[in-house]
Amino acid sequence: MRINITSVLVDDQAKALAFYTDKLGFTKKTDVPAGDARWLTVVSPADPDGVELLLEPDGHPAARPFKNALVGDGIPYTQFAVDDVYAEVERLKGLGVEFTQEATDLGPVVTAVLDDTCGNLIQLATMK
Amino acid sequence: MTAEADLFKALGDATRRIILDELSEQDGQTLFEICGRLTMKHGLASSRQAISQHLAVLEQAGLVHTRRQGRYKFHHLDTGPLRSIVERWPIDREEPSP
Repeated sequence: MRINITSVLVDDQAKALAFYTDKLGFTKKTDVPAGDARWLTVVSPADPDGVELLLEPDGHPAARPFKNALVGDGIPYTQFAVDDVYAEVERLKGLGVEFTQEATDLGPVVTAVLDDTCGNLIQLATMK
Repeated sequence: MTAEADLFKALGDATRRIILDELSEQDGQTLFEICGRLTMKHGLASSRQAISQHLAVLEQAGLVHTRRQGRYKFHHLDTGPLRSIVERWPIDREEPSP
């Protein structure tokens, strides 16, 4: 068994695709109609055959209260690895991305937290 | 009198003093960031609920203010209440070094 897909619950799939590709730098992998939504995944260009990230609609009534509660306390539910958090924060801020936590040295790891504009906070991490 | 009691109570706990240290290093933190700093930098495995209660005590003492910005809540340090301590027990001017 291996992990092939993980999901983020997004409020708007088109907006999410733009953010996750144009800003974060992922590439679109699969985009097929699925009912009134899309089966929409992105991958890292560094690992195109690796784990796919599914941009999943958050239409279920329980989804948004859950997301709002996490965001209110600043909790990122999803983490992405980057080579250098400090550099990535600077790059993304240049693209207008908002952070709730600056790059912070926590000992074995440096982390930062950004707002994906689709109702989620995302953690960036560099293991030292 | 009550305000003073709240202040000393707030300062009387080691975890709360570390929270103030961390807010002094980086002002304006989410609950998540504070929890992360306590766990990762200080090895304090307090629950989020416990940290939340510590923050409430600090807020009661006026040492921490919360600010809602958009959908997130940030915690800010306010050292103002500490002034009452040095006003009560003034700090002598330091002797110039010989």
